[in-house]
Amino acid sequence: MTKARIDARFAALKAEGRAAFVPYVMAGDPDAATALAILKGLPAAGADLIEVGFPFSDPMAEGPPIQRAAQRALAKGMTLKGTLEAIAAFRAEDQATPIILMGYLNPLVTWGFEAFAAEAAEAGVDGVIVVDCPPEEADPLADALEAHGMALIFLTTPTTDDKRLPTVIRRAAGFVYYVSVAGVTGVKEADAQAVAPNVERIRKASGLPVAVGFGIKTPERASAIAQVADAVVVGSALVDEVAEAVDLNEDVTRRVLSKVESLAKAVRFARRVPV
Amino acid sequence: MNAPARPNDYTAYPDAKGRFGDYGGQYVPETLMPLVHDLSAAWAAAKVDPAFQAELKGYLTHYVGRPSPLYFASRLTEHFGGAKIYLKREELNHTGSHKINNCMGQILLAMRMGKTRIIAETGAGQHGVATATVCARFGLPCVVYMGAVDVERQKPNVFRMNLLGAEVRPVTSGSATLKDAMNEALRDWVTNVHDTYYLIGTAAGMHPYPEMVRDFQSVIGQEARAQIQEAEGRLPDAVVACVGGGSNAIGIFHPFLNDEGVKLYGVEAAGEGMDTERHAAAINGGRPGVLHGNMTYLLQDREGQITEAHSISAGLDYPGIGPEHSWLHDVGRATYLTATDAESLDAFMLLSKLEGILPAIESAHALARIGDIARDVGKGGVVVLNLSGRGDKDVATVAAHLGRQI
Ligand SMILES: Cc1ncc(COP(=O)(O)O)c(C=O)c1O
Repeated sequence: MTKARIDARFAALKAEGRAAFVPYVMAGDPDAATALAILKGLPAAGADLIEVGFPFSDPMAEGPPIQRAAQRALAKGMTLKGTLEAIAAFRAEDQATPIILMGYLNPLVTWGFEAFAAEAAEAGVDGVIVVDCPPEEADPLADALEAHGMALIFLTTPTTDDKRLPTVIRRAAGFVYYVSVAGVTGVKEADAQAVAPNVERIRKASGLPVAVGFGIKTPERASAIAQVADAVVVGSALVDEVAEAVDLNEDVTRRVLSKVESLAKAVRFARRVPV
Repeated sequence: MNAPARPNDYTAYPDAKGRFGDYGGQYVPETLMPLVHDLSAAWAAAKVDPAFQAELKGYLTHYVGRPSPLYFASRLTEHFGGAKIYLKREELNHTGSHKINNCMGQILLAMRMGKTRIIAETGAGQHGVATATVCARFGLPCVVYMGAVDVERQKPNVFRMNLLGAEVRPVTSGSATLKDAMNEALRDWVTNVHDTYYLIGTAAGMHPYPEMVRDFQSVIGQEARAQIQEAEGRLPDAVVACVGGGSNAIGIFHPFLNDEGVKLYGVEAAGEGMDTERHAAAINGGRPGVLHGNMTYLLQDREGQITEAHSISAGLDYPGIGPEHSWLHDVGRATYLTATDAESLDAFMLLSKLEGILPAIESAHALARIGDIARDVGKGGVVVLNLSGRGDKDVATVAAHLGRQI
């Protein structure tokens, strides 16, 4: 019953009166061992939930940073199975931090939804986000994940209007993701003022926590979003740290985790607007 | 896999969810879902609007140059000694290929929807040129995404697009070819949701594109069906077309789908050979998966990562195929053959010498199998081949393969 881990984490944060910080890291980037070290270090650095990307050759909703991260990971031979192995290794040490797998549909189609879901649950995955699987196409995958106690996390966007929202949240569980900009990851910047009413609208309609991501790169922005959302997701800014550390021959793990610490701190101490 | 049952009416597809059997669908990021729903609705309305159809027909007649002739290739027929071979002369269209049929339809739809900016992907540059052409004609800004590798391979077409006022953006991500150009066009669309219309160049991608592009290209098959009846007093025994994404093939196949006596042959690019990894044959060398918004046959590795296609023909160099072809293959209504680079080059030369027509290297893939098919059908039979484009754009490629400097 692993979706329970997501629910428990959000309930605890609600009691604390603060938003969650959710780092996104790409499995196998820059290599399997380093990525695993980063993953294991994330909770201590302030991660409340973790999104783990699995690489795909054609990530059509990603901007250059995550595209390049996927290419680095693929070049090192990372696979969906390898991603689950990393998560299992993490789970052996941490049973509390929810892990959300994020990526594209074709590797799941290749594996088979049912067989994949069984192994993902076994590895300790709590939820799955599939960028190119909108609600209209989601039933077979959602059925398989639900059967193994995991949540399919749905994305809402600035183009998801009130008329469409019920379709998107029909099977939502765990939390709802709000993509704060119309665009790919890591390019445009999220505007907290524009985000706030949307978060409110989605929270009310779904009765679930709302995580905001796609345009958040700095502690300042993270803090602003944390005041209006239930969770703040940062991805591109972290994978860029990986790239830079590799380029500069620095300690990748240390560099990424210190960025995570500064972002997590910004989220932790952001004053929540009472709801 | 057990083959799904053949339907009573092939033309009843796709269903309301954009499915041809298991294939097709709308696997796109949520940001684009409202847009593809809007597009479906706009196309459904335009399709049955006589004013829209009349406007399109006017441009197809006076600007594109339709109908294209159906030409009896007597010397080619004699050469093979089998069935009579007719060529559907799509290479005579304005801009030199069938691509303009679709571009004209979609640009009228884009304007009807109030869109003010057009984006497209292109491989060989034929679709890019056709898109740039209609954008020039109607005064809309045009951005064409093209893999950096293809920009190098197809310089004359890049310059042609520039002359027509389009901006060509080289794509360096991934393998820097057509599939990556399509990824980049989708990224542009996700970013510019309000004013931008994505003009896809083949009968692939997310619903409603496979259906809509097919409908725009079906003018080829409708004309060919009437023309062959006029010429021969009967339907052909076989219809043959090359298959990249599948638009020229589905365009000529579709009006014959319910004529079960008419055999349908698509020809995929076998590149350096089906026994190598360097080919572009999604049906013959791939398996079903999801890419670019639809479930269809794809070239991919064991992990579901998309692999690169290889073909001498940049227009066939795509790791997928339109979903309707995947379905026609599974139900057995159409047969998908392959032709290698070398066979297609031979066919290119053969048609040039025997009929005085330089075929596009894409179309030459269909020509490479026409001898087998004509002989198989036999004397007294009739086959129709879709000559989807002209070969002027390919003379440098052909020269290079012959080891000649031009
Ligand atoms: C002349 C010609 N024929 C065929 C194709 C392949 O596309 P499709 O399979 O969509 O007809 C192309 C693509 O560029 C082309 O230029």
